[in-house]
Amino acid sequence: MLAPGTEMKDALERRGITRRQLVKFCSAMLGTLALPDRFLPQAMAAVAKARKPVLVWLEFQDCAGCSESMLRSSHPNVGEAVLDLLSWEYHETIMAGAGQAATRTLDRVVKEEKGKYLVVVEGSIPTAEGGIHCTIGGRAAIDIAREVCSNAAATIAVGACAFDGGLVAAKPNPTGAVGVHEALPGIKVINMAGCPHNPANTAAVLVHYLTFNDLPAVDQYSRPLFAYGRIIHDQCERRAHFDAGRFVTEWGDEGHRKGWCLYKMGCKGPEATFNCPIVQWNDHTSWPIRAGHGCIGCASPRFWDHMSPFYERLPSVPGFGVEMTATKLGLGLVGAALVGVTGHGLASTLRPAAPPAPPPDSVRKEN
Amino acid sequence: MSRIVVDPVTRIEGHLRIEAQLDGGKLTDAWSSGTMFRGIEMILQGRDPREAWIWTQRICGVCTTVHSIASVRAVEDALGIEVPDNARIVRNLIAGSQMVQDHVIHFYHLHALDWVDVASALKADPAKTSQIAQSISDCSKSSTTYFRDVQRRVKAVVDSGQLSLFASGYWGHPAYNLPPELNLLAVAHYLEALEWQKDFIRMHAILGGKNPHPQSFLVGGMSTAMDPNEPAAVINPERIEVLRDLARSARRFVSDYYIPDVLAVAPYYKDWFSRGEGLGNFLSYGDYSSGDQRDPGTFLFPRGVVLGRDLTRVHPVDPAKITESVAHSWYEYAGGDAQPKHPSAGETNPKYTGPKPPFDHLDVDAKYSWLKAPRYDGQPMEVGPLARMVVGYAAGRKEIRDAVDGALKALNAPPSVLFSTLGRLAARALEAQIMANQLEGWVDQLAFNLEHGNTAIFNAARWDPGSWPASASGFGLHEAPRGSLGHWIEIDHKAIRNYQAVVPTTWNAGPRDAQGVRGAYEASLLNTPVADPNRPLEILRTVHSFDPCLACAVHMVDARGREYTIPRIS
Repeated sequence: MLAPGTEMKDALERRGITRRQLVKFCSAMLGTLALPDRFLPQAMAAVAKARKPVLVWLEFQDCAGCSESMLRSSHPNVGEAVLDLLSWEYHETIMAGAGQAATRTLDRVVKEEKGKYLVVVEGSIPTAEGGIHCTIGGRAAIDIAREVCSNAAATIAVGACAFDGGLVAAKPNPTGAVGVHEALPGIKVINMAGCPHNPANTAAVLVHYLTFNDLPAVDQYSRPLFAYGRIIHDQCERRAHFDAGRFVTEWGDEGHRKGWCLYKMGCKGPEATFNCPIVQWNDHTSWPIRAGHGCIGCASPRFWDHMSPFYERLPSVPGFGVEMTATKLGLGLVGAALVGVTGHGLASTLRPAAPPAPPPDSVRKEN
Repeated sequence: MSRIVVDPVTRIEGHLRIEAQLDGGKLTDAWSSGTMFRGIEMILQGRDPREAWIWTQRICGVCTTVHSIASVRAVEDALGIEVPDNARIVRNLIAGSQMVQDHVIHFYHLHALDWVDVASALKADPAKTSQIAQSISDCSKSSTTYFRDVQRRVKAVVDSGQLSLFASGYWGHPAYNLPPELNLLAVAHYLEALEWQKDFIRMHAILGGKNPHPQSFLVGGMSTAMDPNEPAAVINPERIEVLRDLARSARRFVSDYYIPDVLAVAPYYKDWFSRGEGLGNFLSYGDYSSGDQRDPGTFLFPRGVVLGRDLTRVHPVDPAKITESVAHSWYEYAGGDAQPKHPSAGETNPKYTGPKPPFDHLDVDAKYSWLKAPRYDGQPMEVGPLARMVVGYAAGRKEIRDAVDGALKALNAPPSVLFSTLGRLAARALEAQIMANQLEGWVDQLAFNLEHGNTAIFNAARWDPGSWPASASGFGLHEAPRGSLGHWIEIDHKAIRNYQAVVPTTWNAGPRDAQGVRGAYEASLLNTPVADPNRPLEILRTVHSFDPCLACAVHMVDARGREYTIPRIS
């Protein structure tokens, strides 16, 4: 543990925070990142640095839900994030300045902090008709994104829309919306998928960056492994009911009241990866399955087209019943998830413009 | 004469651009433009109507939930589904808590910096701030030490040279009137409100799994299963207690912070009780039923129209009189843009005719916005908290009369001051108070039902699409924090054929119609004095007083433009 040296003491006093608050915050962040306590001194030193790294937050075809999600963050709370952790200089939803005062701030960061600042992008970027579907200060979103992201140290794409176009890119994608990765090939970007992103994960990425001057390890979709490496079904508090064959079969039935498995109601937990059941939401209060509704797989690639219809049961998930061991079940599920992804790809290409809704209890046919 | 452009308008949801004409220090004209389009309605076509709410919820993440509620109501209307009483209560709790939280965030985090000079707070005497705080509120956090700590924290940020979100503010602008002590008080409460809102919204996490975008709505009810003896039930006696604590925290926050702060700030800006008036026409669909949602007589906020600031008369609402014009919007109607259309006859073909970006000015004589121009009986309307308070006041609703009269007495002002920029701000605060006082009552109703064995939360009769008619249409209305919201749906062979939404900010921020009649923002900016064209703080004050939400406002699209029947009128 770090001795309260003079340098750290000064730094904390300057920020008006106690050492205890700092330890608590950094420990929580390391926990989310699954990193051991020995990194605590390093994280604390990084977070308490006199000069804070600059962050700008861009919004394009968004609903501001990811901004709002950040405002609901507890670790750190947004006061800490804004005042203590980073110099948060551009964010249209909450910044003081407007119009030219705002755009001048962004221009200054791009010039003066070139190569050093972080960018968060929220919302998809429209590419049809020269980008006329989203302009800010008279400039097309794609032009702003290109300039700001290409001069940044790294880009953090928050939410499904910035990840892969999200809902805006769902069929028939009227505005040619794409995620940051596709809009700006070659840009260093980490994807915080989810609808919205989970602010605990995004804060952890920020702390990781401040501590190690690098982004955490990612999967093939550039999503950090610590948050997107595990299947929801494997972390679900209702998993024991699945294994025992206890299912909700109608909303409000006995099983629903007793918190049984939502698989038959269309839950996408067996095909979706996210640490949602573990970090949860709003100060670890709950998550969708605890609220009695199935998972919609919101952190998965192209989830709006691939995971819907949301109330349709997934194709048979191997590992039903008590006779399966955990290992067999695990293997089965990985297989199912892979089949699911491939099958979905095909299904979505073949998806008719206006498919009739299937009967509610049918098993979806994978093409 | 010069043209002022504010783009981006910040501290709002979404992408809004204001162009205004300045002549002799006053605004002589204004144009409001939404600059982002997604086309969610095209995306909805062909999908399962039961999941429409999951999609429409993403219209907006700030007023999250409002499009879910309007959507499930529209589908339930189309299919003739009645929801159990518990579902009504849970929806009221989710929407009501959304309203209180949204109004608090709007005042402290989106609007306050138009009135509060953060830099001036450094000059305050914390002891005097403490005296003021103790004179206006029973709030316990009011000591000199507390305000000195806040001041020190702000000073540390200023001294570091890294002002974060505050770097680009108009600090020192001559239109800031508050003494340093009140500025310090407001900055302290800015931080308190940030803390409170994230704690309070656990209401949505309990009843919806998360916020933003809670995930517990169902066509036919809610997924929040209830059981008095079951720890895993979403609603059980333990959760009821948490909900009750949260409801009480809302009442306390609004009465200890929000109301006293508004009443303390307003007297320094009396000019703004006669500026930013705008249209003088107000529309409220009404909502928050205490019984049958289809009976407007049971609504907490009544249904009605007030025209020309006439508080003596409330006109009934007829949804068939709603139309939308695209004369100045980037869409085209096949039969020509001169005739407006009812949303259920929604014909919308996006067609951008604006300047190619990058551009300096829009061609405001032609089309200039992604928003349509909604009209009621041919007239532009203001919707939102002020509209609800005006309609409720004119209708003689006791809670609303008492709240409004109390505030007017405290400010020593006549009812006419309601029709102003500050009137909007005050109406929002009073509405938050009425709603915050109501929340616990709904928790009590839920607890009563739970204790008496009424745990019905879902009506399964029409869940199976096999039980649906070949085609059906319906609409759902809701009073969202920002005003009157309507969704119209057409279902054909178990799939969505057409979906339309007419949204609060479309009413308020929409452009001119075919007759050249201005929308609410545009009208409200006329005659506003602007001290410094390079720092148009005054424009922000009035535009922010509406609480803009542009992602909501951009109209959704029916690509095929079919004619539909006028919806049934409830």
